Amino acid sequence: MAAGLTAGLPLPAFARGAAGQVVVVGGGFGGATCARAVKRLEPGLTVTLVEADPAATYTACPFSNEVIAGARGLGEQQFRYDKLAADDIAVCFLPALAVDPQHQVVTVADGRKFPYDRLVLAPGIDFRGGDPPGYGEAAATLMPHAWKAGPQTLLLRRQLQAMPEGGTVVITAPENPYRCPPGPYERASLIAHFLKTNKPRAKLLLLDAKDTFSKQKLFQNAWAALYPGLIEWVSLSQGGKVTAVDAQAMTLATDFATHKADVANVIPSQKAGGIAAIAGVADKTGWCPIDPVTFASTLQPNIHVIGDAAVAGAMPKSAFAANAQAKVCAAAIVASLAGDPAPTAKLINTCYSLVAPDYGISVAGVYHAADGKLLDVEGAGGTSPIDAPPERRAAEAAEAKAWFRAITAEVFG
Amino acid sequence: MLLQVSAATMAEGASLPPAGASACSGCHAANTAGTLVPSLLGRNPVDIEAAMRDFRNGSRPATVMDRIAKGFTDDEVKAIAAWYGAIKP
Repeated sequence: MAAGLTAGLPLPAFARGAAGQVVVVGGGFGGATCARAVKRLEPGLTVTLVEADPAATYTACPFSNEVIAGARGLGEQQFRYDKLAADDIAVCFLPALAVDPQHQVVTVADGRKFPYDRLVLAPGIDFRGGDPPGYGEAAATLMPHAWKAGPQTLLLRRQLQAMPEGGTVVITAPENPYRCPPGPYERASLIAHFLKTNKPRAKLLLLDAKDTFSKQKLFQNAWAALYPGLIEWVSLSQGGKVTAVDAQAMTLATDFATHKADVANVIPSQKAGGIAAIAGVADKTGWCPIDPVTFASTLQPNIHVIGDAAVAGAMPKSAFAANAQAKVCAAAIVASLAGDPAPTAKLINTCYSLVAPDYGISVAGVYHAADGKLLDVEGAGGTSPIDAPPERRAAEAAEAKAWFRAITAEVFG
Repeated sequence: MLLQVSAATMAEGASLPPAGASACSGCHAANTAGTLVPSLLGRNPVDIEAAMRDFRNGSRPATVMDRIAKGFTDDEVKAIAAWYGAIKP
């Protein structure tokens, strides 16, 4: 029987494969990849994907900064799950509300229960309430985070387009760890690109809870070359940590000053998506510790965690990493269900950032499990060269776009 | 790579991907038009091994592949190249 979209029907008993049931919660770069990989490796398994979006659509974050800067349409970021259903993956478009690790059952919002032999949680991130103080769901309608792509992306874009000339854009960047380490700086870059062209007297203030950031020298050199005088970065030591926001007044306070913003993009402190804590796989940091070979939770049996929610050692929280982890996790699950040892794994990450639409920079890493953690392979990885001709920067921008096409085709195509 | 392997190819006994192989398809998709980031499916393993060696020792111009190739041993590259070479595009 072909399992199609199961938006309204419970799975009949005969549909539960004798070979085992794998449930994946979260249909993003991690979860959707994992569901497809498990099914391809072992078609005899019953694979169910639980995805909360009621519109059955995934809106990708990578390249959403180009949407914010007015250089790309949101439609290019959106993907559906038809191909997963065609792969015989049962997709349920409801939030998962409960996980019972003892009885190995996931309960979704309409009360339906999905038993599992193995559960993969790929819930992405949620925001820590009140961090920064004064920020929450209501504040996000005035000071968007746009750190989950979709309506927030468009809201921030509209606000920038409507901003008066000579205005101030404020971006706040959180402390580590958070989704997409170079993301706030790519966003600052592309917003600066928009401002330079459309509102040349505007300024961008980047308030940082950190003293260093990913690809810092590359970004700062590029800012000096492309957007001189436009971007001011305030490090933690210089008083960059935001201690309070007032969304109504559009002010952001630090220990040293109160800043008034015409447009404010607050990127709040983060933690694993809520179902992780509910399932008991998040530790007191709010993130999920895992085995570096199998991505199995170290806190609950038969549950794996991949993607942004996981504590993945040296691997950053990125779409590329989530996709890579998903495939390794899938192989480990299939091996485990067959009674075989987990395969040795090596993982790769490459994070591209666009400082301008034709100026790309990257940081890459190769990882392996050692000392109970995912560590960098010595001598590998690193960033784009500090000095490079425009052709090199243009080539990396083109490769960034090629990567997005390739990975989204793999996950959703 | 896992997801570009059709069900038929899996049924014909294609092996599990060796260490590192599944991460390649993040960029090296099966169906990329043009040569910007080429597909690896069905390529001569000798060519993949030579390319990785040249990326690793810096003799082949690279943007990101030099940094990635340095993360793999000769044996790992051999296994990855053989695995991709055996998958019909």
